[in-house]
Amino acid sequence: MSDALTPVGKSPGRFTRLRRALGSIRLPLHDPLAIIGLAIYAFFIVMAIFAPQIATHDPNEILFTSEFTIAADLRPGVDGYLLGTTTLGRDVFSQIVWGARSALLIGLTAAFMVALIGSVVGVVAGYFGGWVDMILMRLADVAFGIPFLPFVIVLAAFLEPSIWNVVIAMALVLWRDTGRVIRSQTLTLRNRVYVEAARVSGSSDFKIILRHIVPNVLPLSFLYGSIAIGWAILTEASISFLGFGDPDSISWGYMLQDAYASQALSKGSYYWFVPPGILIILIVSAGFFITRGYEQILFPKLDR
Amino acid sequence: MTEPLLCLKDLSIAYRVGTHDTIAVEGATFDVQPGSIVGLVGESGCGKTTLARSLTRVLASNARIAGGQAVFCGEDIVGLSERAMNGLRWREIAFIPQSAMNSLDPVYTVGSQLAEVLIRRGGMGRRAARTRSEELFEWVGIETNRLGDYPHQFSGGMRQRVAIALALALDPKLIIADEPVTALDVIVQRQILDQLRELRERLGISVILVTHDISVVAYVCDRVVVMYAGRVVETGPMAATLTAPAHPYTMGLRNAFPDLASAAGELTPIEGSPPDLANPPPGCRFAPRCPFVEARCQTDVPVLQSYEGDHLAACHRIAEAETLRKRAMASETWEVPA
Amino acid sequence: MNDTDPPLVRLDAAELHFPIGGTLAQLRGSATVVKAVDGVTFELRRGESVGLLGESGCGKTSTGRMLVRLDKATGGRVEFDGEDVSTLTGAALKRFRSRVQLIFQNPFEALNPRFSIRDVLAEPLDNALIPKAEHEERILRAMALVKLGDAAQFMGRYPHQLSGGQLQRIVMARALILEPEFIVADEPVSMLDVSVRAGVLNVFREVRAKTGITAIYISHDLALVRYVCERTIVMYLGRIVEDGPTEDIVANPLHPYTQALVAAVPVPHPDQSHAPLPIGRGAPDPRNPPSGCTFRDRCPKAFDRCTVEAPSPTRIQNRIVHCHLFDLET
Repeated sequence: MSDALTPVGKSPGRFTRLRRALGSIRLPLHDPLAIIGLAIYAFFIVMAIFAPQIATHDPNEILFTSEFTIAADLRPGVDGYLLGTTTLGRDVFSQIVWGARSALLIGLTAAFMVALIGSVVGVVAGYFGGWVDMILMRLADVAFGIPFLPFVIVLAAFLEPSIWNVVIAMALVLWRDTGRVIRSQTLTLRNRVYVEAARVSGSSDFKIILRHIVPNVLPLSFLYGSIAIGWAILTEASISFLGFGDPDSISWGYMLQDAYASQALSKGSYYWFVPPGILIILIVSAGFFITRGYEQILFPKLDR
Repeated sequence: MTEPLLCLKDLSIAYRVGTHDTIAVEGATFDVQPGSIVGLVGESGCGKTTLARSLTRVLASNARIAGGQAVFCGEDIVGLSERAMNGLRWREIAFIPQSAMNSLDPVYTVGSQLAEVLIRRGGMGRRAARTRSEELFEWVGIETNRLGDYPHQFSGGMRQRVAIALALALDPKLIIADEPVTALDVIVQRQILDQLRELRERLGISVILVTHDISVVAYVCDRVVVMYAGRVVETGPMAATLTAPAHPYTMGLRNAFPDLASAAGELTPIEGSPPDLANPPPGCRFAPRCPFVEARCQTDVPVLQSYEGDHLAACHRIAEAETLRKRAMASETWEVPA
Repeated sequence: MNDTDPPLVRLDAAELHFPIGGTLAQLRGSATVVKAVDGVTFELRRGESVGLLGESGCGKTSTGRMLVRLDKATGGRVEFDGEDVSTLTGAALKRFRSRVQLIFQNPFEALNPRFSIRDVLAEPLDNALIPKAEHEERILRAMALVKLGDAAQFMGRYPHQLSGGQLQRIVMARALILEPEFIVADEPVSMLDVSVRAGVLNVFREVRAKTGITAIYISHDLALVRYVCERTIVMYLGRIVEDGPTEDIVANPLHPYTQALVAAVPVPHPDQSHAPLPIGRGAPDPRNPPSGCTFRDRCPKAFDRCTVEAPSPTRIQNRIVHCHLFDLET
């Protein structure tokens, strides 16, 4: 063994650390259902991003036929309206396409808020323990006690009807599951020997949390975040269907409400309410498939 | 010499990983006499636990006995049907797994766990089982009034005694104990080892004691089997093998163990690590780490040959063992050039 | 080593008591107290290497943890370089952390599996605000100290790719990288294969020889302690029973417990005594220690005074024994 000191290379910079932490979030590419879920999401993401290009008309615009009458209740294919029109004369296809945007916007924002709040609460409660833990878990208990849908409705009554009501409501209430689970995980991690080793090496609490706890907790946050996307979209659809949604923004739930109010069923206008229903089912299921794929990565022994 | 209780001949065990077979134990050959304690010693990964488990045929699902014989009381265990093997387990051959003290069921009292073995497998009635349980506890040195206690109420050492009692329950001829004292404190360790010796005196049982600690072997065993990288490299009477080893690995092992009885000397490690069994070196598996290696060691597999009577070693240079021993005692012999 | 220098480490009747049972039981005062460390007093001079020897439940690990401030003493005093360790905060605590380090028992658990070896060694340097430019040199020096001189090949690897012996050396390197003055080694080789232990122990000896670091070596294995430490402190159920030069203790143990310990160690050759151990059966339980001398229920030489009174330290030549047999003043 030569005594000459061989160079060890540069210490990793800030970005390498970030990349490595994010690297703990892997895509569940092994599970066929998860791949289908990812594909569906990819499809919707594309639809949302390129909505202006894909949609044939402005979804809010009341359209007229060549005879200057409102293009109401037209069957699919007539006059170039791919999925027909609503009773008010709006293009169903364009509404579907733009609906993807609100679905994803709400879904992703709400999921982000839930994952963020839940994770921060979970890590702080789990790591510091004591009365901090007690207070935060009491808050979680309160959140558990609140029935979610009625809460959103009440919120909608106080604030102006807006798609962001769902996001706010979820941020206030639905972090509770994530918080509990991440707190458990943090408790386990906190007692690991390498965390004690970090303390002996002089790491402050903040550094320990950042370096040792967060990277191990991030996959769980991601998991719960992906569950939350489905919930957000479903909730928004429910709220809109019940009539508490934002009338100014087109979402699939709004389309369902609109169709219902216009008696689309008795008119047989399947082209109007079936597509949004299917898309809601698709995107929520896709979310669950991905979640399942993650479970297999995070807890590989569950299946056996 | 009496008929051996257990006679292993060329026993090989293979693991299947993917499409590849890894030979974990190759050509193991040694005897166990009735009423003797045999130490099976080697580093982690040398195959000793796999070999021990194979003798009661409780191997992992992807492992199988790939060849050879294991003749127990005149019958080859390797070829036995599962049903016949089941008849042998607990009754003739008992196995104490590693960390047996942690394998007791926490929701049942130790008395009921003992009774279960006695009644279900031994066909005893309740009263007979109770009497026998008390006798077993006496043998392993636990107060009989503790039969109603739960495992968590015992210390580690006591739980290990319970595991031994379980193994003795149906009066087996052979007990295979996998690292029975590794996790225990030195005083408890000594008491358990003394217990094993007493049981050998009193009941005439044989024990195969798997361990990585040659001091334990020196304290309690009559015979030693040294394994390295899946092969038996040396076997013989304990005193002869440990005072005058004939295989360089055993010589090196001695240097790595501190000896409280003699003056504090240097501890010399054997540099390097055991080979990857998925890709073992041709010839002698110890050759890459052996200070006495020659050209033929890297091509020809050495076979177990007699050094002196029933002291055998698998080394091409066995005839020079005495000279090599002297050289092995100097720590410079074991230094690896930079 | 100047005898008139103040001791580097000093414990004075140090205690570590854990209440068990919930908050309600504690308030009521009916909670059981685990007296992990129950009044331990000793001193270490600079450069000394002392073994803390005893079985499970004797308090040696708890003592080690108090020394490095992983647990705060609940009674008595723990001093490092004259300062009370249990009350350090802020900058003083940070300075303490770079002067006192711990080598952990289980190398497989002591390293974050997501950290590369370079990350592991850089962490203490980051904490001590050592400028990045110096990192490389320090890492190399630490690796060379633990005989992993060909350091470059390890830097990018992860713990699961290395053997136990290598990992433990890296744990040592991490402990030594800030060049501490005092190190506590908590059974550093007990999780390693016996044939690997020699290598790691030799590294430990060499590090001491090269750096003159003061060390406490915690173990239940007297043979190992003897290999590394000139002085040994034997503990039983939270208290010290004997304290003196290792060779003397091995050759002529005075306390009945030490006598049993020495007799219990097996040696790697056939010439050894199989005589029954001079100690009663039973496991030490820190929740329910016997009154008076904690060893009395297993001691072959116990007499009536042992039940009533805990023994005080008695000096016999160059040793301290805590036993009524040697305490001739009634």
